[in-house]
Parts: sequence; structure tokens; C-alpha cells
Amino acid sequence: MKETLLEVTDLVVKYKTDLETVSAVNGISFNLNKGETLGIVGETGAGKTTTALTILKLLPERVGIIENGRILFEGKDLLSLSERDMMKMRGDKISMIFQDPMSSLNPVHTIGAQIAEALKLHNEKNRTKEQLETRVDEVLEMVGIPPSRKGDYPHQFSGGMKQRVVIAIALACEPDLLIADEPTTALDVTIQAQVLMLMRELRDRLQTAMILITHDLGVVAQMCDRVAVMYAGELVETGTLKDIFTGERHHPYTKGLFGSIPKLNGESKSPLSPIEGLMPDPTDLPAGCSFYPRCPHASEQCLLKQSDAILSSTHTVRCRLFGKEA
Amino acid sequence: MEKLQPILETKNLKKYFNVNAGILHAVDDISVSIMPRKTLGVVGESGCGKSTLGRTILRLIEPTSGEIFFKGEKIVQSKSARMREMRMKMQIIFQDPYSSINPRMTVSEIIAEYMLFHKLYRSKAEVWNRTAQLMNTVGLARRLANAYPHELDGGRRQRIGIARALSVNPEFIVCDEPVSALDVSIQAQILNLLLELQKEFGLTYMFITHDLSVVKHISDEIMVMYLGQCVEKAPADDLFRNPRHPYTKALLSAIPVPDIRTRDKEIITIKGEVKSPINPTAGCRFAGRCEFADNRCTQTDVPLTIIGQNHLCACVRAKEI
Repeated sequence: MKETLLEVTDLVVKYKTDLETVSAVNGISFNLNKGETLGIVGETGAGKTTTALTILKLLPERVGIIENGRILFEGKDLLSLSERDMMKMRGDKISMIFQDPMSSLNPVHTIGAQIAEALKLHNEKNRTKEQLETRVDEVLEMVGIPPSRKGDYPHQFSGGMKQRVVIAIALACEPDLLIADEPTTALDVTIQAQVLMLMRELRDRLQTAMILITHDLGVVAQMCDRVAVMYAGELVETGTLKDIFTGERHHPYTKGLFGSIPKLNGESKSPLSPIEGLMPDPTDLPAGCSFYPRCPHASEQCLLKQSDAILSSTHTVRCRLFGKEA
Repeated sequence: MEKLQPILETKNLKKYFNVNAGILHAVDDISVSIMPRKTLGVVGESGCGKSTLGRTILRLIEPTSGEIFFKGEKIVQSKSARMREMRMKMQIIFQDPYSSINPRMTVSEIIAEYMLFHKLYRSKAEVWNRTAQLMNTVGLARRLANAYPHELDGGRRQRIGIARALSVNPEFIVCDEPVSALDVSIQAQILNLLLELQKEFGLTYMFITHDLSVVKHISDEIMVMYLGQCVEKAPADDLFRNPRHPYTKALLSAIPVPDIRTRDKEIITIKGEVKSPINPTAGCRFAGRCEFADNRCTQTDVPLTIIGQNHLCACVRAKEI
């Protein structure tokens, strides 16, 4: 039996401003075992990034409000930790890689200094200055950047190299959990392949658990063990990679997502089967199932609050089509 | 039967930019021809010159040298009045629908603008009728006629861009990454729309994108660009079944496929990154990253050669690897 690393229960997050309240995350629960990779897939505005920011408690102050829920990391409740204790977690136990490597690096510091920063802040092994520098070299080598370039500034690197630096910073302290928010979306496809290979290799070597947030089902298929499909702040379907990518029984939204991707082995110029309509406005979500306005199987029952149907011990779908049966 | 004439043809088209560091070869010797009702897909990574190519063809950027023929007419030297007429037949849809439409105009004003400019109709009423009809064609609800672009989502804004391009009854449209900024479910809606419009109005597209699965889906023929040059050109199915250039091979193998059976397939990763297009040296521009490169690759430029039916490839070792 694998050990649970992270457990999120009934998480509800809202952004409140004077004008409106945005329901970004509406009661999601999932857990992650040590060394496992969970993919969170969904479209813009589904609440993927908000979920990640909530785990790190990086929501914008006063606006982003955690209304309900519990986040247990190695048995500790993150939401009750003080900011001081949380700072010890970030970068040491839990790290995050953001989508845009250009804006997550500081342009006026050398990359060596930026990697060393994380190491200095979490210097539990009491490394000396020289030892820290050696570690910086090690980390750079690990992500495939010659250590001789540690005195260079971010603008001297290309996009793919910058993302490698960001990965180096995130992994410098060998965290237990790495949250990667669209880590390759801003990169070209050949560079994306390089970065994904690197992440896969490092994850396997360091046994890091990972939450990979992406909109690209292709990336999920190559990287993840388990998948959670997110729509309008809810997890509409969760399962192992096999549960989601094979079989017939899926949430209509998951089916729509797969139908929208042009197939490489498909017939050219044949029409796709997209999902009609748009994602609902998060300030005014429909009652019941949030997908029913776009769903081909919608009926009156969909107006009621939906619960998860358990299809197997690993596969759940939040849709009335599947009833409550196991 | 008369021989079909290509809608658009370029011959040795070049666009160089003078920059501080030297001469940037954005588009270097591109010759294409697109037959009526067909789609040429142009793929490549950022900075390979694909957008510059699209804009140069419409003379939104003046070419440095080379020829462009639209239905057999040379347009490089055309006077601006003639060019204005030509542009009714050749339109462009941009990547970012928000920065390519005026935020202070309503949806119907944006769509009507080109028709008013080109004085296509005698009365305003006819223009508004046509606008309503176009909105219907691209799937925009009538109630949005007086909305402003900021009130709409990306997919709808892209539909405005498409309606505007269609308003002057073009025959040829350059689609410059029209779906790259959109979510996958919306992307599929727009791709379907473009395919329907092509069938209905007999349009010819040049479809520029970095997304290989999209280009496969929409194109009849595909051209792969690398640092301003065409490295391989072939019918879409042929290119995907039988890629010959090492760059194309790497590009195709790097696509993450949403299928778990291919999870452990070997990915041909290419080392390093794209080199600078400024003052490129002679020889194959991909040679520095290519695992098959030998001394033949770096001595002289590698021309595009025919290696199969309609299949062109610029690689000295295309036959052996």
C-alpha cells in the first residue's frame, strides 16, 4: 500500500471583490500518493491554477478566500499553518513551476544566485558557502545546463533553458511534492519534448510526487499515473490513466475534450466533434451539474446537485448517467 | 479541360530584415503554389519565419526579392490602388483576435468596415443586411451585433475576425495561427467552421500554425519551415506517414499523443536550440542539431529536391536515412 502524501477534501475557493464573487473551486477532493504523478486537465478558467495556489497558500490576499476544505500534507493541515511555517514548506517540501519562465525568474539576479536563494533559505544541513555553490553546480548539471553559466542572467537564456533553470530552482531542495502549472505550454514542441523528458527522468530519480496541471491531454498521457478532469471548479472525472484514456464510460465533458482533439492518425479534413457552447460564467454557475447547458445528455435530473458515481475502485464520474452503482 | 491555375504562387520569395547584428533571414527563398480550394499548412517553431511569410505574401510586409503571383498576376510591383483591389481577394485572419480588432467598434461595425471601405454596396442597408448574414454564417448570435469585443470570449472574437475576412468575398485567406490562443473545445469549433466555409465558398487557405495535429487535420499539403527555409513539403498524409527530413522526423516524434499506448515510445529529441537566423552560414541550417549531419551538410546550401510524388525534401541524406 502506498503512503498518502497529500489529501485534499471538499476544497471551496472563491475570489471576492466588491463587484462580484467568482466561484473558482467548488468542492474538490483528491489525494496523491508518494512518488505518484497526478494530472489535472481542464480548459482556461476551470480552476486548475487556483487549486495549485491554494495548496501553496499563495492566493491573492483578501480577494482569494478558502471557504471550506482541508489540505493534509504528510498528515499536517496546511490551512492551519502559520505563514512562517508555510514559508518553510514552500520550496523545501512543496515546490511549484509556473507556466511562464520569463516572468518567474528575477531579471536582475544571476541564475546561480536564484538557485542558491532557495538553498540558503532552507539550509537545514547547515551547508557552508562553498558547499552551497557545489550544490548549485550539481543542480544545474542535473537539468543539463553547464555550471559555467551560473553567472549569467535570465535574458541570456532561451525559453527552454529558462524553464530548465526554473526546474532547477524547484528541485534544488529535493521537495516531496512538485506542482507544475502548464510547465511546457509556452515552449515549442521540440523543446517541450526535451523538458518533459527531463522532468520525467528527474521525477523518477528523485521519487518526487507531482501534480501536473495542463490542458494538453497528450502531455497527460505521456507523464501521469492518474488523471483528474476539471470543469468549472469541479472534478467531473477522476481515474487512472487507463480509466480515462480507454473504455466507454466517461463524463460527457471528458468525451467532448477527446472529441475536440484533431487526431494524428485520423482522416484529414473530417469534421471534429467539439463541445457546443462555452464554459459557464464562474460568477453565475448553473445549479446542479455545471456542464448541463452544454451536455448532449442533459435532462431535468441534471438540475439537482450531482454526486460522484463510483465506477471502480479508482474511477469516479460526477454524472447522473452512471447512477450510484459500483 | 483547361489546366488549373494556382490561386497563389511565390517564386524564390525572400524577406530579410536589417537588424543591429546583421541581416536577419526571416523568409529565405520560399517557392510555393497553392491550387484553388486547397489548404497549404505551414508548420514550424517560433521564429522560423512562418508568420512573416504569410504577411509578405499579402504584401503587408514588402518582400526583399522574389515574385508573388495571385491567379497569375504579378503583385510585387502592383500599385497601391491595384493592391487594394487585390486585397479583397486575399484576406488574413490573425492569431490574437483581440489585438487585431478595434476595441472601440461594435461587432457589426467591425464586420462592416471592409465593405464600407471598399464601397461594395450602394446603400448602408445592404451593408447591414450582409453583416447580419455574415454573422449568421460564422455562428454569431444576432443579439451580439451591438456588443463590443471585450464583452466576448476568444472564440467569438475569432469568429468576428473570420466574418470580417469573409465580408469582401475573398478567394484566398492566410490563417495565421487562428486557433492557437483558444481552448481545445473552442479550437475544434473554429476548425470545423473554417472547413465548412472552405467547402461552401470554395476558399483557398494558407494555414500557419505550430500545432502539428491541427495542421494535419486541416491541410492538403504541408510545408515544414526551419529558420526561414522550407525543409520539407509533401501531401499531408504522406508527410505524416513518411517524413524524410531529420527535422520533420524529430518534430513529429515530439508531439505528445493523447494515447497511452504510445507512452513509452522513443522520442527523437533534438539537441540544443534553434540557432539565430541572423547572418546564417552556408549549408543546412539544421546541421548543428542533426544527428545525421556530416561534412556534406555544412559546405554548400542544400536545395529542395524531389524525392517522391509531390514530396520535396532539403536533406542530402534524405534517401539513406
